Amino acid sequence: MSTATKFENQVVCTMDDLIAQSGVCVYWQGHQIAVFYLPKETPKIYAIGNHDPIGKANVLSRGIVGDIKGRLVVASPLYKQHFDLVTGECLEDASVSVPVYSVALAGDKVVIDF
Amino acid sequence: MTAQKIVVVGNGMVGNHYVEQLLASGLDARITVIGGETRPAYDRVHLSEVFSGKNPEDLALCTRDQYKNAGVDLQLGDPVVRIDREGKAVITNSGRSFPYDKLVLATGSYPFVPPIAGNDLPGCMTYRTIDDLGEIRAMARKSKTGVVVGGGLLGLECANALKNLGLDAHVVEFAPGLMGVQLDEGGSRMLRRKIEALDVKVHTSKATQKITKGEKARLKMSFADGSDLETDMIVFSAGIRPYDQLARESGLEVGPRGGIVIDYHCKTSDSDIFAIGECALFGGMIYGLVAPGYRMAEAALSQLTADKVPFKGADMSTKLKLLGVDVGSIGDSHGKTQGSMAYVFSDERQETYKKIVVSSDGSKLLGSVLVGDCADYDTLLQYYLNGIDLPENPESMILPSVAGGAPALGAAALPATATICSCYNVSKGGIIEAIDGGCCSAAEVKAETGASSGCGGCAALLKNVVDSELEARGVSVDKSICEHFAFTRQELFHICKVEKIQSFDALLQGHGKGRGCDICKPAVASILASLWNNYILEQDHVGLQDTNDHYLANMQKNGTYSVVPRVAGGEITPDKLIVLGEVAKKYNLYTKITGGQRIDLFGARVDQLPGIWADLVAAGFETGHAYGKALRTVKSCVGSTWCRYGVQDSVGMAIYIENRYKGLRSPHKLKSAVSGCTRECAEAQSKDFGVIATENGWNLYLCGNGGMKPRHADLFATDLDDETLIRYIDRFLMFYVRTADRLQRTSVWLENLEGGIDYLREVVIEDKLGICAELEAQMDSVVGTYQCEWKTTIESEDKLKRFRQFVNAPDAQDENVVFVQERGQIRPANDDERAEIIARSA
Repeated sequence: MSTATKFENQVVCTMDDLIAQSGVCVYWQGHQIAVFYLPKETPKIYAIGNHDPIGKANVLSRGIVGDIKGRLVVASPLYKQHFDLVTGECLEDASVSVPVYSVALAGDKVVIDF
Repeated sequence: MTAQKIVVVGNGMVGNHYVEQLLASGLDARITVIGGETRPAYDRVHLSEVFSGKNPEDLALCTRDQYKNAGVDLQLGDPVVRIDREGKAVITNSGRSFPYDKLVLATGSYPFVPPIAGNDLPGCMTYRTIDDLGEIRAMARKSKTGVVVGGGLLGLECANALKNLGLDAHVVEFAPGLMGVQLDEGGSRMLRRKIEALDVKVHTSKATQKITKGEKARLKMSFADGSDLETDMIVFSAGIRPYDQLARESGLEVGPRGGIVIDYHCKTSDSDIFAIGECALFGGMIYGLVAPGYRMAEAALSQLTADKVPFKGADMSTKLKLLGVDVGSIGDSHGKTQGSMAYVFSDERQETYKKIVVSSDGSKLLGSVLVGDCADYDTLLQYYLNGIDLPENPESMILPSVAGGAPALGAAALPATATICSCYNVSKGGIIEAIDGGCCSAAEVKAETGASSGCGGCAALLKNVVDSELEARGVSVDKSICEHFAFTRQELFHICKVEKIQSFDALLQGHGKGRGCDICKPAVASILASLWNNYILEQDHVGLQDTNDHYLANMQKNGTYSVVPRVAGGEITPDKLIVLGEVAKKYNLYTKITGGQRIDLFGARVDQLPGIWADLVAAGFETGHAYGKALRTVKSCVGSTWCRYGVQDSVGMAIYIENRYKGLRSPHKLKSAVSGCTRECAEAQSKDFGVIATENGWNLYLCGNGGMKPRHADLFATDLDDETLIRYIDRFLMFYVRTADRLQRTSVWLENLEGGIDYLREVVIEDKLGICAELEAQMDSVVGTYQCEWKTTIESEDKLKRFRQFVNAPDAQDENVVFVQERGQIRPANDDERAEIIARSA
């Protein structure tokens, strides 16, 4: 993270903003964060950087989620590389990864730790 | 030991095969190849396909770069004129000298032009090289009729070429029958009957005496029987003669009627000089087929190694399609073997002819003739080549199945020595070896062994052998769509249809495992849409959609989208054009005309899409499905309404077709076009389904493709009325939707469809599978439940919520999306420009 400021437990949106089995994007202090809501998983919510380092565009929240060999992933809508929702790793290229954010549900609020 | 200098004279199919095998053998050699033509080796067997749409480049067997990278010195266009046997060097036309340790002559052959007065008049030509094709094409443009002299295999190929060029084609043959070498009288007669039905005029027992200037046409042929024939062009294809002049002048032994004499080792009378292919004479015979030429190349090469194999003659059995007619000839087709007996089955109604020649005790197959139906060819050839004992009633081999049917010769019954691919000489044993080495599919075996990559005639047999071998090993062939479903797309479609499955979750629960992925989710979404046609952004489906379907627009490289409203048939009013311009201006979008006669608006952010579409829908536009694996566009020319040449209303038909199939979700995108006459301005033959107007109705072309791997569409049916045309398209599209693989265009689908276009005709026209009513009903249901996805979307508050760039910050901008100006419009900034602009604004 380039910014020196640390934000704790920021409410970024509400449950109502999320789409089940899919992603949305939240904007916080210049950061774009892709938030995925997977109601059948534990935990139910995941957050990674929205920037696709391979396609070089802010699009990961608009990818299809699923699992590859048991790892929860989102496929970039640009060139289809898979990013691990838990670790941020790119499955196709181990040298590439995206930031992962600590995210939780508090009632109907979506809370992220920066 | 220093590397041997090997010089190969001639770069045709056989010469090239020799070089390929030499490179693969790992022998230490310095290779020089000298070819007379200016092109590297190409596939002469499929020459006529250039006239039915193939590019000459597609025929190439190798490239200059491949030779260069392999260290081969390739000299083209400067033919060898002399062999200095004493000094062991060849000298080219320009006087250059190339020394050799071993010399290989693969000079091939040239077309025989009978010594007839006038055979050199303008309009007389030959058919052998790619350059000949160019001349034939140029002459055909100035001609109405064309004659081929020669009713053999090459002559009929050539007649097909003339017919494809739109000429009134004639075949003139000296002998009483067509293909006299391969076919017996009965087979020859049936072939003639079928060819004449295709409107090729056949003249047999005609000895041409002279060719003079014609009165009504360019040329006039006068025959020995007093008759004559006028034509605009004549192509000689009356057999081949070996190119043996070089050998002859160098004092090598040649046959009395030409051909460089070779022994079992393919050596000429000079033991350092080999001859292979059509220039070589073995046992008094010239082998005018490619497979024996390849065997010679291999035999000649083996003489340089420890593992010497002799050339012992070759099987001349052949199977081919001439003018669309299946013809097969095996072994002793004329029944010349002493004591042999024949069984003949002739069906004049179906126009098929089959004969087998068997040994005197009826136990072995000696030969066969097949015309009109070659389905039994592969089996018969195996019986012949491997000396397999015939069944007690040999006639059952060729009788139609109502009489009990031919006993199936399973691939498992073949001995390991059985030749499966005669072009690349791959035996069943070789295939088993490849499978032992890890190949798990026919495609992998093909890549590994070369089997079926020559003429392709053995493709079905190869697949049988591979499948049966894999099955015998208990390998189930994995055709799973992805790790979540152990099914093909076709199987998933069937499951969803039969079990009336309406959601991905239900399908996954019942038939899959895990959570799904970006492969199976969109594929299943497409299947569900084809079957039930629900709104694709419903809660159950939205997470399955690729981003393009999710946002009903096409994502571009910087994450913005482009928008393509439907402009059916490419017809648009001035008012609607103005609306497009106004919308583009209002949202500052880049505009471009597409190849499909529509207008694409680029650079829209997710949050701008609903506004853009509210304006477009209000003006009467509908979504164009440019984002979906669905029907895209139906191009048209203006047709009979405006054009002086048009014979039908192509625009009207295009609009009807586009409106009928708009919104149909399919395994891949679908494109179509309608042309108003044979000038084909709408390019219908490059589409998944194309329609061309005729005086009497419409011709339907199927499974064409432009793009990465172009394919000319096949003519499927002719002179259809409106209603029949639509019925056939309904059935075709639904059959494709049901049976294709994920992301498989119709062109590839057809190429993988067993039985090809003929089978497709049986299904769609003759209703062989009895499913046409069902296919039509399914199409009616899709057509009846059409909705404009954008109209539905902008009417729903809830759905519009999805079109927020940031769910928590409606006014924030994506700083990464930066445009610059070019030619008066926006375009995405490149990396450097963007970095600079972002730095400046910071």
